[in-house]
Amino acid sequence: MPAGLNINFYAVMPEILVTALALIVLILDFFIRKNKAALGWVSIVGLLCILPVAAYTNEPYPVFGGTVIADSFSAFFNVIFIIAAIFSILISMDYLKKIGVDRGEYYHIILFATVGMMVMGAANDLINVYVGLELMALSFYILVAYRVTSARSVEGALKYFVLGALSSGILLYGMSFTYGAAGSTNFMEIAAELGKGDNTYLTLGIILMAAGFGFKIAAFPFHLWAPDVYEGAPTPVTALLSVGSKAAAFAAFLRVFTAAFPAFQADWSSMLWVVSAATMIFGAVVAISQKNIVRMLAYSSIAHAGIIMIGLLAFNDTGLSGVAYYLLVYAFMNMGAFTIVALFRNKGRFENIDEYRGLASTRPLLAFLMALFLLSLAGIPPTGGFAAKFFVLSAAIDAKYYWLASIGVVSTAISLFFYAKVIFYMYMRDPEPGAEIAPSSGVIYNIVLFCTAIGTVLLGVYPAPFIDMAIRAVRPLLM
Amino acid sequence: MTGLTGFPILSTITFLPALGALVIILFYKKDWADLIKWTALGTSAVTFLVSLYLPLTFDMADPGLQWVEKTVWIERFGISYYMGVDGISLLLVLLTTFMTIICVLASWREINTKLKGYMALFLLTETFSLGIFMAMDLFLFYIFWEAVLIPMVFIIGIWGGVRKFYSAIKFFIFTFVGSLFMLLGILAIYFYHGKVTGVYTFDSTILSLSPAAPAVQFWVFIAFFLGFAVKVPMFPLHTWLPDAHTDAPTAGSIVLAAVLLKLGTYAFVRFTLPMLPNASMLFAPLMIGISIFAIIYGALVTIAQKDIKKLIAYSSVSHMGFVMLGIFVFNIEGLKGSVMQMLNHGVSTGALFLLVGMIYERTHTRMIGDYTGLFKELPVYGVFFLIVVLSSMGMPTTNGFIGELFVLIGAFKAHWVYAVFVAFGVLLGAVYLLWLFQRVFLGNFHYAGGHGLKDLGLREIIETAPLIILIFWIGLYPKPFLNVMDASLTKLVAQVETNYKKGNGEAVSPRASLDAAAVERKVE
Repeated sequence: MPAGLNINFYAVMPEILVTALALIVLILDFFIRKNKAALGWVSIVGLLCILPVAAYTNEPYPVFGGTVIADSFSAFFNVIFIIAAIFSILISMDYLKKIGVDRGEYYHIILFATVGMMVMGAANDLINVYVGLELMALSFYILVAYRVTSARSVEGALKYFVLGALSSGILLYGMSFTYGAAGSTNFMEIAAELGKGDNTYLTLGIILMAAGFGFKIAAFPFHLWAPDVYEGAPTPVTALLSVGSKAAAFAAFLRVFTAAFPAFQADWSSMLWVVSAATMIFGAVVAISQKNIVRMLAYSSIAHAGIIMIGLLAFNDTGLSGVAYYLLVYAFMNMGAFTIVALFRNKGRFENIDEYRGLASTRPLLAFLMALFLLSLAGIPPTGGFAAKFFVLSAAIDAKYYWLASIGVVSTAISLFFYAKVIFYMYMRDPEPGAEIAPSSGVIYNIVLFCTAIGTVLLGVYPAPFIDMAIRAVRPLLM
Repeated sequence: MTGLTGFPILSTITFLPALGALVIILFYKKDWADLIKWTALGTSAVTFLVSLYLPLTFDMADPGLQWVEKTVWIERFGISYYMGVDGISLLLVLLTTFMTIICVLASWREINTKLKGYMALFLLTETFSLGIFMAMDLFLFYIFWEAVLIPMVFIIGIWGGVRKFYSAIKFFIFTFVGSLFMLLGILAIYFYHGKVTGVYTFDSTILSLSPAAPAVQFWVFIAFFLGFAVKVPMFPLHTWLPDAHTDAPTAGSIVLAAVLLKLGTYAFVRFTLPMLPNASMLFAPLMIGISIFAIIYGALVTIAQKDIKKLIAYSSVSHMGFVMLGIFVFNIEGLKGSVMQMLNHGVSTGALFLLVGMIYERTHTRMIGDYTGLFKELPVYGVFFLIVVLSSMGMPTTNGFIGELFVLIGAFKAHWVYAVFVAFGVLLGAVYLLWLFQRVFLGNFHYAGGHGLKDLGLREIIETAPLIILIFWIGLYPKPFLNVMDASLTKLVAQVETNYKKGNGEAVSPRASLDAAAVERKVE
């Protein structure tokens, strides 16, 4: 139980540094008039310097009156957020030129979104979760609408804004119930209050908060925004949204439900069981009929959210570390897939899956990498996607969730169909005669693709050290 | 027992083809067709030669794993890189390395597009298949098991026939779904074993020491069954096979029949029997029933086929029924017959697909009605075809006879009714094979393209001859082959028996082998 304020700025150093970086980029924006990509480079260099600081962890100790906790868990997720942000900025620089909206504030908004995610990962208090979530969400509202010339982008942004605001409201509503019942917003104090007296309001609070988080991770039935927003947003933003925002929401989800409501595990797990199962099946089934590649990836990300939830449900160290590991792998494989989509997608071209036909003969390397990422998303060994699925499913078996694991398997099997479809188009169909040849990847894209591919393969072939990291990361949650 | 020098011979054999594939992919240009072909051939030949080290140094008296390699891979989950070969897998390893050479030769002229990717994928298929036969760690086994799908799917999907897209995705989804359930089974047995004994490990040797409770085995058996039976393929999960075979290029069909179908039956012998003895015996009547049904049904469907390749594909369903039957009668003869049949089916059906590929190259049709009386035009081809047909139907002095005989003895030992069905299946096999031969080769010559079909060339004779030699070698002098598997299979039968008792927790009088009839009584 935290006594006193215990002000410690070292504990929140990563957040402070990224904020400072964002402010620097904001100021530089006034001075750099022509080449806005320079701001991107400043952000990347800054983030790279912050990465070791963010990855460094001490013993977990709650600071600032127990509202923030800097531990191995927050450090692990900080790394995911920063890596995702770096990749996203790298592919943005070219992308923004392509869509003709090369403006400076883009970069510091991404950095602010990253700060929001980091605050969510380190929050030990409902208020902080909310503040982090809003900082992230508000940044994303702007980013999603960035293709101002595109009606789809604006439509997506509006949907995201309305539904996002609604979900924030629901989350806040749940938090207020929790506060009313427990008399505190601090996770540990809430946990200590559990089980004393009437728990009706607390239960209500838990349900509403689960709904709020469900929106952010795009779980069924709160997923409706995802396909439209993913499709409308600039592709690098979609990538960050699907990787970073999801990871942040899961980080907070995990922290809240394990730190604040462990005693209610039996209750919330039966509720989340249904949500997880429905999400897995719904996402996979609907993705089959998608023709647009981004919408397909959006539904696939819904299905993945359902599978990741299995790890939370299992509620043992394997399961929780499985969630962390899954999100790490997901950052690489999904980012990789979106990088290729971002590279190709231009002026209405390469929107649909059948436009990827014959890619293997025109761009063999890119086709190979796309196949690698898709196979990893499908969970085929020896890629990271398999290791992650293996991790989560083994946790489910360990926790005796046999049916949920079976549903996860069925969902994986269904999802193979649409991932394989893209691969088959690339490899087994000839390119349409006279069709525009897919653009080649520049140096920056190659860097991103190289890093994501290495990550995807390494996390599958040699997962041992990263698994240990993930296990160390979730240890504070189970104390 | 490890190799004398501690040299990782198994890994070398497994990853040599992958190395060749890597060289082809990274360093060769697309249009270096000859170099690509020769490199692929060289790699597969070297792999085969290195794999010959195994039978030369094999200790027949040792029933356990030999040339074992074991290193920790993911310590946290008790996963290790654990490879080993014993009498059961040795022949299958050799079959794989041997058939890959044939496959490369069979593709020599057939494949003209994207040769680079083709050869690389073929060599990768070899690596992953070898990995499956050698992996003793269930996690490692699963990795190889899934990985082998990828190159095969691409081979069917890119270089396949008319309906390649459909066949490839059907093959992919069938096998992938099955193996996912198998993964759940693996995880279940892993955690069960861990909770009961405190040792969390995927090491199949350790897992085989203490079988799970029969109730757990029941579910794990179903999960394993879904994974393995799709690959075998057992009725009713066999529907992907005819499509995949029909649309695959010749070499794809060969490797599918000779190697990939064996993965399922091998896994039944290797993992299901010792790890799930009680469930195996419980399910034995059902498995035997399905196998017998597959034998008869497969044969009947085969008779009705008009496309030669599809005919051979369906005959595989029937033949693999024999293998499955031999496994689930639980005696040494049945098992010996099974392993023998795996080898035989690989050689004979592989040879059939090879020969069909040759006639297809000449005529571009595989319809039985399109040509008759080929024997007069293509005598060498006809003789080869006849030998392979006879071997496939189990004619004495050929390999097929040995395998079917042992299965028949095993079946008879279990129950005479099984043997009756097996004999009937053999008879039906003779019907469709001889009828095929009669329709295609005998009678007056007729072919829309007229005379002038060329008989086999030197390359084609070279690639067929080893299979013919093997057919007669196994048929006339099977002793070395049977000796190789003897010790390991004897140990397996004993192990199944002791594990059965362990799993049941009751004392069962020890016997050298259990016959299925007695088993049924015990389970009841």
